[in-house]
Amino acid sequence: MTIISAGTAEGGQELLSRSELTAKELLREVGSVLRLSETEAALLAEVQTEAPEDQTMIINMGPQHPSTHGVLRLMLELQGETVLRCKPIIGYLHTGMEKTGEALTYMQGGTNVTRMDYLSPLNNELVFSLAVEKLLGIDGDIPERAVWMRMLLSELNRMSSHLLFLATNGMDLGAVSMMLYGWREREDVLRFFQKVTGLRMNHNFIRPGGLAADLPAGWRDDVLAILEGLPSRLEEYDILMTGQPIWRERLQGVGVITAQEAIALGATGPILRSTGVAWDLRRDMPYLHYDKMEFDVIVGQYGDAYDRYSIRFNEIRESMRIVYQVLENMPSGDFRIQNKKVTPPPRARIDESMEALIHHFKIFTEGFKVPEGEVYVSIESPRGEIGCYIVSDGSSNPYRMHVRAPSFVNIQTMPHMMRGGLVADAVAVISSVDPVLGEVDR
Amino acid sequence: MSDSADTMENAVETQHGCPVQDSHGQRVLHASRDQYVSVIKALADEGYEMCVDLTGVDYLAMPQRTIGFDIQAERFEVAVNLLSLSQRKRIRVRVQVPADDCTMPTLFDIHPGTEAHERETFDMFGIVFTGHPDMTRILMPEDWDGHPLRKDYSQGSIPVQFKGANS
Repeated sequence: MTIISAGTAEGGQELLSRSELTAKELLREVGSVLRLSETEAALLAEVQTEAPEDQTMIINMGPQHPSTHGVLRLMLELQGETVLRCKPIIGYLHTGMEKTGEALTYMQGGTNVTRMDYLSPLNNELVFSLAVEKLLGIDGDIPERAVWMRMLLSELNRMSSHLLFLATNGMDLGAVSMMLYGWREREDVLRFFQKVTGLRMNHNFIRPGGLAADLPAGWRDDVLAILEGLPSRLEEYDILMTGQPIWRERLQGVGVITAQEAIALGATGPILRSTGVAWDLRRDMPYLHYDKMEFDVIVGQYGDAYDRYSIRFNEIRESMRIVYQVLENMPSGDFRIQNKKVTPPPRARIDESMEALIHHFKIFTEGFKVPEGEVYVSIESPRGEIGCYIVSDGSSNPYRMHVRAPSFVNIQTMPHMMRGGLVADAVAVISSVDPVLGEVDR
Repeated sequence: MSDSADTMENAVETQHGCPVQDSHGQRVLHASRDQYVSVIKALADEGYEMCVDLTGVDYLAMPQRTIGFDIQAERFEVAVNLLSLSQRKRIRVRVQVPADDCTMPTLFDIHPGTEAHERETFDMFGIVFTGHPDMTRILMPEDWDGHPLRKDYSQGSIPVQFKGANS
């Protein structure tokens, strides 16, 4: 098969200077096709024409910049301190994880997907497992305890991810003490994860068919300790940041995006909710037992960085509400499906049964076969909709495993949020989008 | 009844002229390349206002696959996942792309959010989206040879190609 690369303009990925662009290309680039209102479009045209070439400068922010949250490179066109255009350039962390996913069995796939969004690894594992279970046709047979355990871990993970957001958001805006507090609180959650899964991150704990192990003895007390310690600290941070005039000045009215723009750009999660669109997959297209949970979807109004900060802050409290309900309802029983096809035999059986030993060996070397088909499953990760599109050819490896990473899509909103703002606000914007470059580049 | 087969044929559900398939409870439309843009446009008008995902699949290693509905299976396929926020529904549009003419019209004018997805699909599969404002590589370096997620692009056999690197 010939490689079809002739006739494709594989030009530079970089931001071109104004003289190299036609007016139409320029307008397209800044998203004039976003069905903006006429007044907004007129404002846009003014910004465009009032920038002669000799007054503007294109500078690189990143890939090695402390506030770009990893290896994100932004090319900014500046006039003085005003950002006229911005182009995110990504791929510095690309390691071909989707290609790797095709070489790993469904059994091993969790180790791969968990490393994509390294701040919410359990959500990645969950969406992968749900997709595989749907292809296997066992999505309705997962034991109750496994479902509730998945919800527990998923919500604790959301809390740890948002706590880290508070930390980095504080650091980016000069509230360095918040950074230390945020990391400290997150560490409490990670310590619980370490106790349960053996690892602080990249757990590979949620697997097709259920989970890798049951919760350890004393888990309930550990969770309660986290839940009881957090509210008073969150109140402190509310005083430290939310009510503080400097904090408000830095965030309010910065990086504004409208609901129309967010929907057109496919932005999900706190970015979409900050514009006033109440969309949370946990409520609107429930998975696991979220339809039985009582929680509020936090919605903003102005679509600015302050709304996105407040939404994440309050989502920690909502997640705590859900965790309390999970604690109340956690049933006893099996933590994984008793289906010989996908579940390895228990350790004790291996010592006494030859068949169990062979079965154990085969399931870990060959994996299990998944019937032909294709499926797209999505859940609400802390950053938005994370989706998993799996095509199976009937073998034990996915034929194609694609992950719809929320950060990859959300990064597209940055040029819109930064347009016309200051460089210092650009830092606030990056921080408020909360991208994880591991999942952007995969 | 002699014409029961015919009525069975006619009973295939269609939407905007495309056959509808049920894939594990998910609604899938099989559109042709000519229908593609107009179908996505019609679906957008119908309430599928967000394009959440667009990706490609290389079916080189599955030459015997059949789709049904008298659709010719081609080497590449583009799968578009649409979401309706107002009606809380999803739909997937699958389009066959032949290997000897690896092009697709862009969705940029309907869903600007597909900008990054189309670049990624181009980068990984070499499917060119005509009309896209910036059809360049997004994840791989711009001077990279080949498209990594194709099935004839093997893992681990390519020497490191970075600019100025000692080989």
